[in-house]
Amino acid sequence: MKRILFFLFTALSIAGPAHAGIDETINNITAPIASFIGTVVFFKVPIAGANLPLVVLWLVIGAVFFTFYMGFINLRGFKHAIALVRGDYADPNSAGEVSHFQALATAVSGTVGIGNIGGVAVAVTVGGAGATFWLIVAGFLGMSTKFVECTLGVKYRNENPDGSVSGGPMYYLTKGFEERGMVGFGKFMGTFYAIGIFIGALGIGNMFQSNQAYVQLNTVAGGALDGYGWLVGLILAAVVFAVIIGGIKSIARVTEKVVPFMAVFYCVFAIIVILMNFASIPAAIGNIFTGAFTGEGVTGGALGALIIGFQRAVFSNEAGIGSASIAHAAVRTDEPVTEGYVSLLEPFIDTIVICTITALVIGTSQVADPNFAGDATGVAMTSAAFERQIGWFPVPLAFGALLFAFSTMISWSYYGLKGWTYLFGEDQTLQTIYKLIFCAFVALGCVVQLGPILDISDALVFLICVPNILGLYFLAPVVKREMQAYVAKLESGEIKKFKH
Amino acid sequence: MENVVLLAVDGSDGSDRALDHAIARAKQGGAKVVVAYVIEWSPYSFNTPEENATRHKRRETEIERANSEIVAPALAKLQGQGLECDGIVRHGHPAETLIEIAKECGAAQILIGRRGHSGLKSLLFGSVAGNLIQTAPVPVVVVP
Repeated sequence: MKRILFFLFTALSIAGPAHAGIDETINNITAPIASFIGTVVFFKVPIAGANLPLVVLWLVIGAVFFTFYMGFINLRGFKHAIALVRGDYADPNSAGEVSHFQALATAVSGTVGIGNIGGVAVAVTVGGAGATFWLIVAGFLGMSTKFVECTLGVKYRNENPDGSVSGGPMYYLTKGFEERGMVGFGKFMGTFYAIGIFIGALGIGNMFQSNQAYVQLNTVAGGALDGYGWLVGLILAAVVFAVIIGGIKSIARVTEKVVPFMAVFYCVFAIIVILMNFASIPAAIGNIFTGAFTGEGVTGGALGALIIGFQRAVFSNEAGIGSASIAHAAVRTDEPVTEGYVSLLEPFIDTIVICTITALVIGTSQVADPNFAGDATGVAMTSAAFERQIGWFPVPLAFGALLFAFSTMISWSYYGLKGWTYLFGEDQTLQTIYKLIFCAFVALGCVVQLGPILDISDALVFLICVPNILGLYFLAPVVKREMQAYVAKLESGEIKKFKH
Repeated sequence: MENVVLLAVDGSDGSDRALDHAIARAKQGGAKVVVAYVIEWSPYSFNTPEENATRHKRRETEIERANSEIVAPALAKLQGQGLECDGIVRHGHPAETLIEIAKECGAAQILIGRRGHSGLKSLLFGSVAGNLIQTAPVPVVVVP
């Protein structure tokens, strides 16, 4: 630790006067790359005055299809999902294995991140209040996509010789297609996905997180950190380094334990702020519904609001991207479909509960004072909405944002690593190289501006949903059979509750 | 009810004394002794993805270690006295799991050693013996 501090101080004294230059140079290099990647992935088709990115359409169609194909599992499976998480069906003889609750909690702390605080603000800024409505719809449909991908994640996972497990889209794509006699195609899809998740992990799960954490810290510090993005970045990178390379598990363990409480703390205060804005609630909710169908003041009208809502929802709950199935795959169960049920709750908690609450905090503030946030967007906008009512809240919010960002980065470093090991094998040196790259991007995230970062991470993450969802279509019948067999066992009493 | 006593062990001095008591009790009444060790664990904790991925393996190691270091020596001592005995290692909440095991093996009594924690310590960390006394369906003997 001393060495790290020494390094930072030395770096500070040398680079101090030149800091603005560093930030700017890096920004100048990344911005054009970002805009190029963004244009390719978000190839847009103009429909009725709105520009519809094909990749968003791809996700929406997928989510709608799985909702119907699985017979509205997002509604029907909800109660059973809660019973599973509570441990009603847990065999006491398997106590000590990864429980459904633990698998869900781990996946959720990877999902609940800055997107829930800052991403919603971006959605409302660009897509108007109506985007919130489509965000919720997307969360609801996304539950079905999650169900399919997490069931497959468990069913086709790999058990490594050392007893650990590796699962996720790269494995179910490879093995699932192999089962259908398409060995080469499966390999190609798995590899494509693995490359995508390993690069995408550097965006959505890394740069976006560290960037927004820095923005919020700077806001709280009253701009004192202007131009010191690289320093905040280096410190964050040093902590991530300590955990993923240094193996200092205690930091990760503390974060994993604090994050759920931060999430509850955040929701409680958000509800308090909404209640303090009591008079604005009806108008705010009215705006959400009218905005959803008229799209007033939004480029592309209602369709524009829909597109933004869906885009932000996926960015937050990751349904269709397949990342969460990597975390869910660690559960120990004889019935892979049980993890599918449990994973339904993830978009519910992430999008339908937490994102909606954030949207209402912003929405009610906007009704009360349309210019409450000035030019601020992202986390800074959400922070301003809280500050209007609770003056001291930006400080704990900055702390919370930092923790959310951190836990998401730790989870994504693992997702990316799994993509990397799928490609390059379990070699330790190669794993360390990946982890070093990951740390470098943490630092980079604090330096570049939000616009290009969002473009890069959106683009990369949306790109991997192409092979993932294609695979889900092919393998959906497998999931349906598993589900029907499981439901039959439940009804016949073959699978019984241990707790009553 | 069968003539079975459940002996809860944790490798401490108190649990050694409880073992001696169990031997005396079993010899007197010809009871079978079930030796149980509970590894403290909760299904509702928060872990990193890496911890989850290696959990299965670590669980096996934990059980092996508990068996070889704590349960097996106790069983050897019981067998040395010519007593009928059995061993169980399980993960879970200590008091609740001991009660579950007691029900499963039809124990007439639970024996447990006292750790002798002071008021503050047991207030902070709770006491397995104290919990058992409050919640067990069969008599609990706490060996000092």
